[in-house]
Amino acid sequence: MATKPSKSWNNGENHLIFNMVAGVAPNYNTVIDLNISKAILAGAGFDTWTFRHGFDISLPLFSPIAKRINDSQPKQKNYMIISTQLNIPDDYLAELQSIASSSNDLLLLDRCKTGTGKTDYTKRCEYTTGKVFDYPDVLKEGMFCLVVRSARLAQPVLMDILASQCIPIIIADTIVMPFNSHVDWNKIGLFLPEENIKNLLKIVHSVSKERRGELYWQLRWIYDRHFSSMEKITLTTLEILNEKVFPLAARMYEDWNMPEHLYGPVNPLFLPVTAPKSPGFTAVILTYDRVESLFTLVRKLVRTPSLAKILVVWNNQKKQPPPSSEWPVVNKPLKVIQTKENKLSNRFFPYDEIETECQLTIDDDIVMLTPDELEFGFDVWREFPDRIVGFPSRLHVWDNVTGSWKYHSEWTNQISMVLTGAAFHHKIWSWYYTYKMPAEIRTWVDDNFNCEDIAMNFLVANVTRKPPIKVTPRKKFKCPECTNTEMLSADARHMSQRSACIDRFSRIYGHMALKTVEFRADPLQYRESAGVPHVYPDIGAL
Amino acid sequence: MQAKKRFFLLFLCCFFGIYCFFNVNLNNENIKKTRKDQLPEFATIEELTESPSRKKRNPQATTKSCRMQTCFDFSKCGSDPKVYVYPTDGPVSATYRKVLSVIRESRYATHDPTEACLFIPAVDTLDADPLSPEHIPDVASRLSRLPYWKNGRNHLIFNLYAGTWPDYAEGALGFDPGDAIMARASASETIFRDGFDISLPLFHKEHPERGGTPPAATGNPFPAPRKHLLAFKGKRYVHGIGSETRNSLWHLHDGNNLILVTTCRHGKSWKDLRDERCDEDNREYDKFDYEQLLANSTFCLVARGRRLGSYRFLEALAAGCVPVLLSNSWRLPFDERIDWRRAVIWADERLLLQVPELVRSVPPERVLALRQQTQLLWEQYFSSIEKIVFTTIEILLERITAHRLSRQREALIWNASPGALGTLTTYGDSRAHLPLGARAPPAPPAPAPPPRPLPAPAVPLAAPPATPGDTYTALLYAQTTSPALHKLLANIATSEFCEKVVLVWDSERAAPTLKSLSRMAGDFRDPLPVVVIDATTHYPGEGVAARWQPLWAIPTAAVFSLDGDAPLLAEELDFAFRVWQHFPERIVGYPARNHYWDESKVSWGYSSKWGGSYSMVLPGAALVHRALLALYGAAAPALRLAVRRARNCEDILLNCLAAHLSRRPPLKLAQRRRYKPALHAAHHPRSSWSDPEHFVQRQSCLNTFASAWGYMPLVRSVLRLDPILFKDPVSTLRKKYRKMELVTS
Repeated sequence: MATKPSKSWNNGENHLIFNMVAGVAPNYNTVIDLNISKAILAGAGFDTWTFRHGFDISLPLFSPIAKRINDSQPKQKNYMIISTQLNIPDDYLAELQSIASSSNDLLLLDRCKTGTGKTDYTKRCEYTTGKVFDYPDVLKEGMFCLVVRSARLAQPVLMDILASQCIPIIIADTIVMPFNSHVDWNKIGLFLPEENIKNLLKIVHSVSKERRGELYWQLRWIYDRHFSSMEKITLTTLEILNEKVFPLAARMYEDWNMPEHLYGPVNPLFLPVTAPKSPGFTAVILTYDRVESLFTLVRKLVRTPSLAKILVVWNNQKKQPPPSSEWPVVNKPLKVIQTKENKLSNRFFPYDEIETECQLTIDDDIVMLTPDELEFGFDVWREFPDRIVGFPSRLHVWDNVTGSWKYHSEWTNQISMVLTGAAFHHKIWSWYYTYKMPAEIRTWVDDNFNCEDIAMNFLVANVTRKPPIKVTPRKKFKCPECTNTEMLSADARHMSQRSACIDRFSRIYGHMALKTVEFRADPLQYRESAGVPHVYPDIGAL
Repeated sequence: MQAKKRFFLLFLCCFFGIYCFFNVNLNNENIKKTRKDQLPEFATIEELTESPSRKKRNPQATTKSCRMQTCFDFSKCGSDPKVYVYPTDGPVSATYRKVLSVIRESRYATHDPTEACLFIPAVDTLDADPLSPEHIPDVASRLSRLPYWKNGRNHLIFNLYAGTWPDYAEGALGFDPGDAIMARASASETIFRDGFDISLPLFHKEHPERGGTPPAATGNPFPAPRKHLLAFKGKRYVHGIGSETRNSLWHLHDGNNLILVTTCRHGKSWKDLRDERCDEDNREYDKFDYEQLLANSTFCLVARGRRLGSYRFLEALAAGCVPVLLSNSWRLPFDERIDWRRAVIWADERLLLQVPELVRSVPPERVLALRQQTQLLWEQYFSSIEKIVFTTIEILLERITAHRLSRQREALIWNASPGALGTLTTYGDSRAHLPLGARAPPAPPAPAPPPRPLPAPAVPLAAPPATPGDTYTALLYAQTTSPALHKLLANIATSEFCEKVVLVWDSERAAPTLKSLSRMAGDFRDPLPVVVIDATTHYPGEGVAARWQPLWAIPTAAVFSLDGDAPLLAEELDFAFRVWQHFPERIVGYPARNHYWDESKVSWGYSSKWGGSYSMVLPGAALVHRALLALYGAAAPALRLAVRRARNCEDILLNCLAAHLSRRPPLKLAQRRRYKPALHAAHHPRSSWSDPEHFVQRQSCLNTFASAWGYMPLVRSVLRLDPILFKDPVSTLRKKYRKMELVTS
C-alpha cells in the first residue's frame, strides 16, 4: 500500500490494518515501511509510546500451541510459579535463576540440550537438574506463570498460559495488553515492573487467596470469550470497532469483566442514598370485584401522608368498574386502569401513571394497616430503596424428605420473602418483571393464577443478592377477625402449588436466589414507654 | 447514515485483512484447505522466540514524552509515599491556595523534603493565559529555582488553563514542565502523556474547598420524567477557535424537547463582531434559565468552548443531567481510572445533526444507570477541591503501589461505592476484603507459601487482609478489671460466632494474663483464644484512640468493638453479627445517639435523648468492618489529634467517617439503650457519661468534625432492627432470641 496507494486509501481514513507481529526493540515498530497515517491499527505487541489511545486496537499475539490445549484442570497445582519461556533476556534470567536456586516456589525451565542442536518445542528442561517436562502440559501445573518481555514486548507464551488456566505474571514495562480498552487485565494477571523482578516471590506470596481465586476463574472466562480462537479474536475486534462508531452500542464494564456466574447480575439501583420523601409513593391496587373492600381500602389509604396517588387496576373484563359517582370522595388523585385480560402480572406492569419511584402494591382486602404503619413502611423503604419492603412475610425451607423446596407460612424466626399483598418496591422492579424476568416464569404465573409475589421476590433477590425487609410485627392479614392461624384456613392445594413455584423458580434461575434473614424493621420507639412522643404511635399488633 | 457506510467499510476492510493475513477457519473447510497451503505462515515459532538485542529500551525518538518508567524516580517512594508542598513565597491565586492547603493538611503531607516522594511547587501554574487576571508571570524561572526541581522529576504541576486568545494552543504553558507530571484540564489526546499526565476537570473559582454540595438528584424515578430531553445554554463564538460546533447548535433547537440556545453577547466588542443570527439567538437565549435547564433535562450538551473542557461538565454532573460530549479528542477527567462509559454519552463534533437521534435512542434503563453514576462520581471525586486534589494524588500513589507491590484498586472500586477515596490502596487486594458483601470464588489448592511472621504492631495496614467469613473478633477496650468485664468475657465465650478476643488494656496497672477463655459446660468447642495488648506500651499517649489500632491481631472482617464493661448477652452478640453480615458497610450495634441543628447556638448539638430517629451507633457495643477501622487509622491527622487531645469522641469520629464513606446511616438493634453498667458509674474511671462537661466536649467534637469535612456527614434513620418475633405475643418456645426481650433499656 505504501508503494502503490489505492484510490480509496485517502490517507488511511476509515482503513483498518491488521498487524499480528510487532517489530523489535528499541521502538517496537508496529508497521514496518508503511505510513499508516489515519488508518486504525489492530496489532499485537503495542507499547504505550506508539499506541494511539482510543483509536488503535491491541490484539493478542496468537499462539498456534494454545489452540491445542484443552480446558481440563488438575485438582491441585503442583508449582507456585512456572517459567517456560525460552527467550528471556540474560539479565532477567540471571535474576530468575538466583530466585529459583534459593526457593522451591519457582520452577524455571529452559530448552532441552539435544545432540542435534535443534530445539524440540514440545519439551522443557529444568535449569539445574535437567528434568524433562512436556510443553505446554506443564503450564497447567502452575498457579502462576511468567511472561517476560524479550525482543518483542508481547510473547506468544501468554496465550498458552491463559489456555492452561495459569495466572500470568507479566513482566513487560509499557506493554499494551490485548483488548486493554475493554478487558480489565488487572483481573486476569499480575504486572511486575522489570526492575522489580527480584521481589517476585514476595509479591506472589502477598496475593491473598481471595484474589487468587478471582484471577484463576476470571482468566478462564476471558480466555474462552475473547482469545480461544481466531474467530473470537476477530469478533471481539469487530465489537470494539463497532463501539467506536456507535458509542451507544457499548457494553458496560460488567459485561466485559464481571462474569455473571461468579458475581451475579448488576443491580440497577446502585446509588447509596436514602430516597427523597417528598415525591411520596403510588398505591397500586389489583382488584377484581370486591368493590366494598376496595372502597374501604381507598378510604384508609388516603390518610397516609406520603401517599401521592392511587392506581386501581381493574382486572375484571366481564364487569365495568363502578361509575365515578360511587367512589369514595378522596383528597388524593385516583385513577382506574381497565386491563384487557385477567392476568396476575397486570399488577406489576410499569404503568405510566406511576410517577413516583416507589410503588405500594397492595391487595384490595388488606384493610387493617394503619396510616402510621404505611408511613413507617414507606420511610423504611426510603432507606432500602432497592429492596422489597413490606408487611406479610414468608420463608422457604429445604424439605429433606421430598428433596425439594417448601413454602412456609408459619410464624418463624426467619423470613426470606415479603409478599406483595402489601409491599413497597421501586418501580424499576415492575419494569424488570414485565420485560426482563425469564418469560417462562411470567407465563407460569399467568397460566396458574398464582405465585406472582414469589416470582417478584425471586426476581429482586436474584438481581440484588439482598433479602427483603419485613416491617412491624403485623402478621395476620387475610381475615383480621379470625383467631385461627392462616394455615388452617388456607387451601392446601394453593399451598402445595406455592411450594412447587419455589422449586420451579429456583431451577429456572439455576440457584436458590432467596436470602434468609432473622430481623425485621420496627420504629425506633416501638414498645418504648418513655415520655418522648412517638413518631409512629399507631403501630398495630399482630 | 454516513456512519453506517463507514462502519460497512471498516467491516469490509476487516474481513479482507483477516483473510489475507491468516488462515481463518471461518469459511468452508474444503476451499480453505487448498488455499491454506499456499499462504505463508504468519510467523514461525523460531521468529517469535527471538532473543533480545542488547539495546536500551527507552525509545529515543520521543524525548519530550514521558512515562512513569522513564521520568519518575520510584526509589524515593517507600511503603507510605509522602507529598511535600514547598513553602509559599510569591503570589498565589485563591484557588491554588486552596489546592495547597488541602494537601498540606492531608495525611499524604510531610514537612521533610528528604522523605518525600512527590513534590508540589507553591508556584501558581493554574492559569497560563497571560490575558487572564489570575495569571502569574515568571513561572518558568521560579520553577527552575526550586531546590528539588531537577527538571521536574517527581513533581506534580496543576494547570487549568493553557493557551490564550485566539487559538488557545494547548502546549502554550509559558514554562517547560520537563519531567514533571502535569495534572491539567482540557487535555487532548495528542499532547496527553498516557499513563503519566492526569486529566483534571475544569472547576469554578467558587468551587468549595471541602465538603461540597451533596448530590442533587437522589431520587431515581423511572423512566426519567424530565421536561426536556437535551439542553444547552451558553456562549457562541463568532470568531476564533471553538466556533464551528456552537454556531450550528440553533439548527437543533426546537423550543421544547431540545433546548439549545446560544448567545454572542459576551466580550467587549460583541456588537462589532456580531453576525445575522445574534439578535434572534439572544431572544431565545433569554427565555431559559440555566439552573432550571440543568434540573429539568435528561441530557445536557457539553460542547467544547475555547478549550476542550468546560465548567459545564461538572455542572451537568452535579445536577444529575447526563453529559453528552461534543468535544472530540478530549481526555476526560481522571479517565485513567474513571470509566466514563457509565456516566456520559459521546457525540461527534463532525456529526452534530445526529445528536438528537443519539439521545433519543438511549434506552430508559440506561438513562437510570447513567444518572445514578453522575451522582456517584460527582459525590466521590468532584464535589470539592479537596476531592479533586485527593483523587489526583490517589491515582499517583496507586501507580506507585502498582510499581512496588504489583497491586492496585480494582476498576469496580473506582467506579462504584464507596470509591477510591473511601478505600486504602494497601488494604487487601480483592473486593472480598472490603465491606461490599462480595465473595471470591475459591482457587485450586497450590503449594502453600511459607508461614509469614505476625507483622509488627507498628504497621497495622500491612497486616494480611482479613478473611470475609462467618465469624467475628471481639475487640475489647478496658481500663480496669471488674465483674462486668468478666461477665462480658463469659458471654463472649458462649457466643456462637466469636473466633478470637483481643483485649486492649489501657491502664497503668499490669495487664491481666489471659490466653484463652474456657467454654461453658456442655460446649465442646476449643477454648476461645485471647490476645491482651497493653496500650500503654504499644501505643503510648494514644489513650482511647488506641482501641482500634491493633488491627494486625484481628483475623476476621467483622470486628465487634466493645467497651470492657458492656453488659451484652451472648444472644445479643450473635444477633448483632447475623444482622451485620447483611450490612457490612455500616456500624451495627446497640447504643444509639442523635445529632441536631441548634438554631439558638448556630451549631450542631449532640443528643442521647430517645427521640424518633438516630444518626450514630456507638462502637462501645457495635460491629464494624475491619477495613473501616483501617480507614479510621488513616483519617485526617487533625481529626485524630483532636480525639487524642480530648481523650473522647473516637466513637463520634468513627460514625462520621462511616457515614461520610457509605452515605448510609448506622443500624440500631433492638431495645437496649444503656451499654454501661448502672451500678458501677460511681467508681468507674470513665464515669464521665453523666458528666455535663463530657457532654459539652462531645458537642464540640461534633462541630470540629463537621467543619473539617465541610459538611455534616451523619445521616439519620428512623428504624431499628429487631428479631422477627421480638416481643410478639406468641409462645417464647417459638422464639430464637428470648433473653433479649428482657433487656428493656
